[in-house]
Amino acid sequence: MRGIRKAFPGVVALDGVDLEVRAGEVHVLLGENGAGKSTLMKVLSGASGRDAGSIELEGRPVEIDSPGRAHSLGVRIIYQELNLVPELSAAENIFLGWERRTGLGLVDRARQRREARELFEGLGVAIDPDAPVRRLGIAQQQMVEVAKALADEARVLVMDEPTSALTDSEIASLFLTIERLTARGVAVVYISHRLDEVERIGRRVTVLRDGRNVATRDVGAASRAELVRLMAGRDVAAHYPRRPGAPGAELLRAEGLCRRPAFADVSFLLRRGEVLGIAGLVGAGRTELARALAGADRLDSGTVLLRGEAVRLRGPRDAIRRGLGLLPEDRKTQGLVLGLAVSRNLALPSAPRLCRFGVVSRTAEDALARRQVDDLRIKTPSLAQRVALLSGGNQQKVVLGKWLAADVEVLIMDEPTRGIDVGAKQEIYELMNRLTAAGAGIVMISSELPEVLGMSDRILVLRRGRVAAEMNAAEATQERVLSAALGHAS
Amino acid sequence: MSRVGRALAGGRELGSLAGLAGLCGLLFALTPHFLTVPNLLNVLEQTSINAVIAVGMTFVILSGGIDLSVGSIVALSGVALAEALQAGWPPLAAVLAGAGVGALAGLLNGLLITRGRLPPFIATLGMMSVARGLALLVTDGRPVSGFDAGFRSLATARVLLVPAPALVTAVVCLAAQFVLARTRFGRYVYAIGGNEEAARLSGVAVRFHKTAVYVLSGLASALAATILTARLNSAQPIAGIMYELDAIAAAVIGGTSLKGGSGTVAGTLIGALIMGVLRNGLNLLGISSFLQQVVIGLVIIGAVLLDALLKSPDER
Repeated sequence: MRGIRKAFPGVVALDGVDLEVRAGEVHVLLGENGAGKSTLMKVLSGASGRDAGSIELEGRPVEIDSPGRAHSLGVRIIYQELNLVPELSAAENIFLGWERRTGLGLVDRARQRREARELFEGLGVAIDPDAPVRRLGIAQQQMVEVAKALADEARVLVMDEPTSALTDSEIASLFLTIERLTARGVAVVYISHRLDEVERIGRRVTVLRDGRNVATRDVGAASRAELVRLMAGRDVAAHYPRRPGAPGAELLRAEGLCRRPAFADVSFLLRRGEVLGIAGLVGAGRTELARALAGADRLDSGTVLLRGEAVRLRGPRDAIRRGLGLLPEDRKTQGLVLGLAVSRNLALPSAPRLCRFGVVSRTAEDALARRQVDDLRIKTPSLAQRVALLSGGNQQKVVLGKWLAADVEVLIMDEPTRGIDVGAKQEIYELMNRLTAAGAGIVMISSELPEVLGMSDRILVLRRGRVAAEMNAAEATQERVLSAALGHAS
Repeated sequence: MSRVGRALAGGRELGSLAGLAGLCGLLFALTPHFLTVPNLLNVLEQTSINAVIAVGMTFVILSGGIDLSVGSIVALSGVALAEALQAGWPPLAAVLAGAGVGALAGLLNGLLITRGRLPPFIATLGMMSVARGLALLVTDGRPVSGFDAGFRSLATARVLLVPAPALVTAVVCLAAQFVLARTRFGRYVYAIGGNEEAARLSGVAVRFHKTAVYVLSGLASALAATILTARLNSAQPIAGIMYELDAIAAAVIGGTSLKGGSGTVAGTLIGALIMGVLRNGLNLLGISSFLQQVVIGLVIIGAVLLDALLKSPDER
């Protein structure tokens, strides 16, 4: 792959990435969340288009414009989430989309069963081709995915974090399978966060960062410390305008919070005027923690103290009444009612205050919306504009405006700047400064390490649902945070 | 989205209104009997029952649900009302009894959906059968007929020539329009239908409001049953069959999205009028009732197809 470029509105996901994978090697693709790994693989597999660049297969340029085309070229991808139909048998899943046919055009079940059995034997796994997939364990389902990817001649196999749901012994058998494949000359692209896996199965490793490839190394020649440095890389730039104030009184205290299996035994303290950053890998339990803190999901156990008083939140409504708001991870599915007007969205959490006998005062509603639109400089032709038609950054400002209008004192922000442009990011950082200066407290989850480092006063690192480290921003470095998140001592 | 598309989508009710006006114009050209005062009043009276049910249905659809039980609730609450009248209850008490039955059936729908987590289609499909069966059981399958003139005046009275049912419909529409446009309840119904999760995270009591829209739909059905019973001087356990489809059609022709979150009472009223005028016109033209069904079906499909074509791909 040469010079691959792919931009989404507001973000350049890939900016001239080169990647060369050799037959028979396991090529590990490393990078932080959002570095562009998954987008690159979507381009390779035809699931996503590209804006520039070329792809060559065995020396010949190829045009991969659809998943079907990728399949016929022998390029297969196994996504992080399994894509199987639970009610169908293993064999039926393997041949879904390219069923073996009899002379009459009917599905040739006997042949599918036979070929599935051969594939499983080739992989060295014992799976009954007739077993419905829902009755198989996760590791076995993963093997069905592998078998599906290998049906017909596969030449390039991409695996996106295949071990995230597997136990150690299942991982071992997956690695054995990968070795068998490379011995047959299949090129494997292996996407992972886990450095130990790089050493166990990788031959070469390419590090992506901010949509560019930073380096390609032979695995033996790169130390873990060097890889971490390459992944983190960026200078913690001056464009994080955090102005820490003097931390005030205790605002929110969490003691031994558990919600299995997402997180367990999480404790922390948030003071007025403080930004507590929460770092960790995808799947470390950050979002689940944020939702539970905001009353959106229930806690199994543990205590939340708000202004020193133990509270049991019965739901988001209860949380809002107590001055706690959540800026959710995905503004489109959780933060906004896209079909409704800007003003309606801004006023939604404040509706009880805007009503008399259940009737909304339009003057009060418009005044509230106008204040937020002016204050946050939300670019919209009118208050009546449907939120769906605003840009990502302005949509995010509307979500933020909802909570400012509702006068929350604790704001839980899950990926506050995801998918928005640089200018809007700066404005959101400034708002965080203003909020904390006014005595509010912010819990900020972010997958962007520089953002966590640049905007937090203290940092909590989660790993597999537990607190792996807590540090003051002054003593935190990208390497320290990343090491704690990845789980290896630096 | 193109400017034209946006203008048309924004003025969705205007589009429906233009359709209604065009239809009236066509009928005026085709038959001298259409544009006469008695006939138009007749159309209003005939439309009122569907319009009232469709307004209740609009709340349900706006919240992202569907209510298939309205026709059966019309039968059950009509029968309850009639039995109460026959037992000698004063008309007002009997009407309230019918309303209570409708509200109760709606409440059960709502609880099955919000507490039992049934899909609205399934819960109300079940209620459709249960309510119909109860209406048949209570009456042994026979109509309950013969009420005093005081009760029947609910349908027969005229105020400045306008039939009482049309006035009732107007009041219902105005009240519903006010609730949807001006009250917190209305705001929340739109928000829930537009994005239930976002509404919940914004502090909306989702389960309460979702339950309430089914209660409203049940009440609207009971009101329709009252008008129907007064008009026919009889309550029939087999009344209201297929009313759910007429109500859904009126809402959809009027621009309410079955996905929830968008639509208006004005649109629904126009949708109901289009269906009423169409039926009336086809009758006046002597077109067979079999062919009428075909035409009405085509109008429903055409209205929604037009909507889809006017929207840009990113909104579909």
